[in-house]
Amino acid sequence: MLPDSTIRALEEIVGKDNVFTSMADRICYSYDATQQSFLPAVVVHPGSTDEISRIMKLANRELIPVFPRGAGSGFTGGSLPTRGGIVLCTERMDRIILIDEENLVATVEPGVVTEQFQKEVEKRGLFYPPDPASLKFSTLGGNVAECAGGPRCIKYGVTKDFIIGLEVVTPIGDVITTGGPTMKGVVGYDLTKLLCGSEGTLGIITRIVIKLLPLPEAKKTMLVLFDSIDGAAQAVSAIIRGKIIPATLEFMDGRTLDCVRQATSLEVPEDARAVLIIEVDGDSEFLDKQAARIAEIIKPLGVVETRIATTPEESEALWQIRRSVSASLRKVNPDKYNEDICVPRSKVPDMIRKVDAISERYAIPIVNFGHAGDGNIHVNIMVNKKVAGDTLKAEGAIRDVFKAALELGGTMSGEHGIGIAKAPYIPLEITPAAADYMKAIKNALDPNNILNPGKIFFDEEDSVPE
Amino acid sequence: MAKLKDLEDYREEIEHCVKCGACRAHCPVFVADKREGRVARGKIALANSVLEGEVGFEKKVLEDMSQCLLCGSCCAGCPNKVHTEEIVAATRRRIAEQQGLSTFGKGIAAVMGRPKLMNLLAKSGGTLSAILFKKLPEDSGLRLRFPAPYLEADRTLPPITTKPFRERVPEIVPGEEGQPTILFFTGCGINYMYPAIGEAFLRVLKFLGVTVIIPKDQVCCGLPAVSAGATRTIEKLAEQNLAALSRHKVDHIVTACASCNAGLGDIYAGMGDAFTDLSAKTVDIFVFLANHGLPEKLAALPKADKRIKVTYHDPCHLRNRGITKEPRQILKSLPQVEYVEMPDAQTCCGLGGTYSVYHYETSKKIGARKAANIAASGADVVATDCPGCIMQLQDNINHAKGKQHPVHILELLVEALPEEF
Repeated sequence: MLPDSTIRALEEIVGKDNVFTSMADRICYSYDATQQSFLPAVVVHPGSTDEISRIMKLANRELIPVFPRGAGSGFTGGSLPTRGGIVLCTERMDRIILIDEENLVATVEPGVVTEQFQKEVEKRGLFYPPDPASLKFSTLGGNVAECAGGPRCIKYGVTKDFIIGLEVVTPIGDVITTGGPTMKGVVGYDLTKLLCGSEGTLGIITRIVIKLLPLPEAKKTMLVLFDSIDGAAQAVSAIIRGKIIPATLEFMDGRTLDCVRQATSLEVPEDARAVLIIEVDGDSEFLDKQAARIAEIIKPLGVVETRIATTPEESEALWQIRRSVSASLRKVNPDKYNEDICVPRSKVPDMIRKVDAISERYAIPIVNFGHAGDGNIHVNIMVNKKVAGDTLKAEGAIRDVFKAALELGGTMSGEHGIGIAKAPYIPLEITPAAADYMKAIKNALDPNNILNPGKIFFDEEDSVPE
Repeated sequence: MAKLKDLEDYREEIEHCVKCGACRAHCPVFVADKREGRVARGKIALANSVLEGEVGFEKKVLEDMSQCLLCGSCCAGCPNKVHTEEIVAATRRRIAEQQGLSTFGKGIAAVMGRPKLMNLLAKSGGTLSAILFKKLPEDSGLRLRFPAPYLEADRTLPPITTKPFRERVPEIVPGEEGQPTILFFTGCGINYMYPAIGEAFLRVLKFLGVTVIIPKDQVCCGLPAVSAGATRTIEKLAEQNLAALSRHKVDHIVTACASCNAGLGDIYAGMGDAFTDLSAKTVDIFVFLANHGLPEKLAALPKADKRIKVTYHDPCHLRNRGITKEPRQILKSLPQVEYVEMPDAQTCCGLGGTYSVYHYETSKKIGARKAANIAASGADVVATDCPGCIMQLQDNINHAKGKQHPVHILELLVEALPEEF
């Protein structure tokens, strides 16, 4: 518990209505999508950069850890208040400050929900492509902090590719700006890129300058069923080799399709062992040609069936298979570990084979789906935590999956970040010298280890699981 | 014996929430008031903490649990289809059991920091509530919807009829041979506030030659009591209705109120085997009409020269039960109607059983969005399938200074019938 004087000081900064100390409120800000839970001592909802700066100065004076939070929808625990302290929620700062149609740049506060921002710019014929699955509820501040990805990244890039400037409150409470609304800028270190994906450990994002694109005129969705995962993977390479970069190239493996078949009434032919959902976007007259060209390229690769949508409703129907996956998996086993490894796209079939072997070795179902176009596979390890030994098995399988991804030249996390969930596995990917380099930055910027401590790298005081 | 589920029975359902946060995009209360305790994920965490004994029924828990419309939007948008509306209702029942129903109401009043509400009775709302109370039976759900002390002065309410619908009509209205026999479950809204909808109901079924039985001894379905957490009231009403409705041999039990449809079809279905037949026979009027060839009959009529623009509001209790197509189908086939779809037709109007009474300010915010969407559709008339929604939509439109008229689809439907019906 924090002393009354601290609570009063916080109330003075953000107003009494924006400081929450009741048990009910603390419970409501104790979790995120990892489903782990840590009770904070207090929850504050600041309304301005200045208020956040003053909170950080107070926290440094009194040595209270601060855990920044957007919508709390992260998968790795980036926003969890692992050491109690202050949950600093940026949701009240939710204004779109400027959409500059001449310079194709927007400025927003961190609490803006991603989809709302996309709708606003799209009204003006502009486009913000990053589309994490959580876009209907996650905030842009959280997206930047985690460097969120999504299906469209194959063509357009990830969140950091669209962030050209930030305003940030540093761990000691200073306010700095990085980058700015220009398309070029090389003065000093590129702190914008450093802060994107820093998981709230190096600063609290208070303003975001975003680069926009013109909105593509139309899109076309195709769903292709293959008789093998190899066929689907070869199709991905063949499409790219054919000099077409679709806006999305999503895949689901045979085990995923088994789940969908079991759990839904959606039509998935028995001989389909993999699915690609391919979306192309651009000028409308150009799209039919592209779709036809794709169909031709993939024809010899074991295509069972091709479905092409001609209306938005039909397109939505095609996406139903993909959207039904989450709920379908639950019927296989109630708990899942969703790991988001990324390998070079040509290695996707190798990775799937390795995962299948791991699944057999540990005798637990593992299903794969995700963003085939950029090699970002969501490996879902399905367990029942109530069954003795399942959790241990899952942890072993996770470690093996990470090792397999690294062997193929990949990475442990394409878009979810490290937080606490993957922190134990960091040494598998990052050498001690590189880890020290990163920690030196954190230590220099946050000498009291106030801001989101124990995230990405466990500190000594955090228990390190095997 | 009717028996509702206890909060304890929802442990597994609670575990199905994976805390992904998808409900944040769908909850009308959260959209109006961005706090985690307002959204399904927060409420489930709290319900779980209650079950685990980590938190008692402290003020903030009562407040968060009361801040729910039970509209089920969260469940519709939930990847795991967790029924938060049921979990919240079960939590409210437990609160009422432990603290008494009036304590719950009082608790909410105290929580909302509006002790002056008790005095409102003396003001303009008071006259209205006094009339309301005289005319309504003790166990009518409308009493829970409008507990006198909580009524706000700026609220639009329909007048209570001097002669309830069921007293105006015979118990059996015979139809033609070879046509089905149905039972009309009127609900309180039609019986006490909107008898014209009931009369329209009878005219439409006469047109089809269907025999209609309107049992005099039917009572409130109990849905407002679900919202208030009044376990025993719900169970008692369910038993009374079971007795009243089982006396008649009918093909269907037809409702023209979304809430009654959910009450009989959903809530009763979970109250024991005795209710299986009753719940299975319950059908919404427009589903019944669509299945009995009415759209085809209507489509055969010549389209009117001058048509009115009509949009449709999905009552939550029909949307949750997957009934969205048929009401639109009927509207579109009406000769005098030009159908237009409004944005977000499926979001709650803001009534939410007893919600709007206790949280009128938030309810108005939710209603303002609805009113804006109605206006955006360009429609002159907003049709729906629930007296509760009609009442709330009128209030929403009045606050927005709009000119659109909320009506029941049945009221438009009778306009299209040949004169002899």
